[in-house]
Amino acid sequence: MLLGPSLALSAVLFTLGVLGVLVRRNAIVVFMCVELMLNAVNLSFVALAQVHGLGGQVMVIFVMTVAAAEAAVGLAIILAIFRHAQSVDLRQLTLLKG
Amino acid sequence: MDLVTPVFWVFAGWSVVSAVLCITRRNPISSALWLVSTMFALAGIYVLLDAQFIAAVQVIVYAGAIMVLFLFVIMLLNVGDAPREWRRWPVGLLGVGLAAVLGAQLMMLGGYGRQRLADEFSTQPAPVNPALVFPEGMASAAAVAERGVVGAVAEPLFTAYLIPFEITSVLLLTAVIGAVVLAKKKL
Repeated sequence: MLLGPSLALSAVLFTLGVLGVLVRRNAIVVFMCVELMLNAVNLSFVALAQVHGLGGQVMVIFVMTVAAAEAAVGLAIILAIFRHAQSVDLRQLTLLKG
Repeated sequence: MDLVTPVFWVFAGWSVVSAVLCITRRNPISSALWLVSTMFALAGIYVLLDAQFIAAVQVIVYAGAIMVLFLFVIMLLNVGDAPREWRRWPVGLLGVGLAAVLGAQLMMLGGYGRQRLADEFSTQPAPVNPALVFPEGMASAAAVAERGVVGAVAEPLFTAYLIPFEITSVLLLTAVIGAVVLAKKKL
């Protein structure tokens, strides 16, 4: 069954992803931490699909599709930013600072 | 002897250690490779949770395609080790604090077994029989036994979730066009 342990593991991985987004400065690594959070949510979907039926597993497929689209567009944005600022360091992106 | 539980904890420890290394490595390439390791561990857990097709898709799409895209961009931009990769103390400490609060809240999920889920979903007073709330019992195991590993996912995907499935194809088309427009220097 393993429902409780799976949800706990999902919580730990999601928290690690949030921590990475908040403390890292490299835009690409921040992006990878978002993928880690999506993976954690996928794990809880699969765990709950065990008792609720297969809708959860179908949702995981949708999440993966959205993650692929998000990775493609997001990395293109990072490429454009790098071309503009010659850096992917989030601290140097201060265009909106007064 | 029940092998599933010890194997689950092996994969769980593997995924948490890989995730910690992923967010602490300075070099983005080692970060990406540790994230791939996390995804492999999660694929192993999906097999234990009766989601074999999802496990295969996880390895092929996530660890195979998406992470190769990440590595490709890291190598294209040629980002090396950052001298000061971590945010400095006001922001960094705030980040650690916020993540700790969120983690403490989410860890409440660990107490959710089948009995507690049944109690919360049912309208009856507290101790209810889980078999009455979830009549098929182990829904995914039953579906896999009935329709096979791929059929179990395909049947709801192409009946109940057909409209979202079609909309997803439009989303992918939009993403392809958007990525080309953003990444190209001059159209």
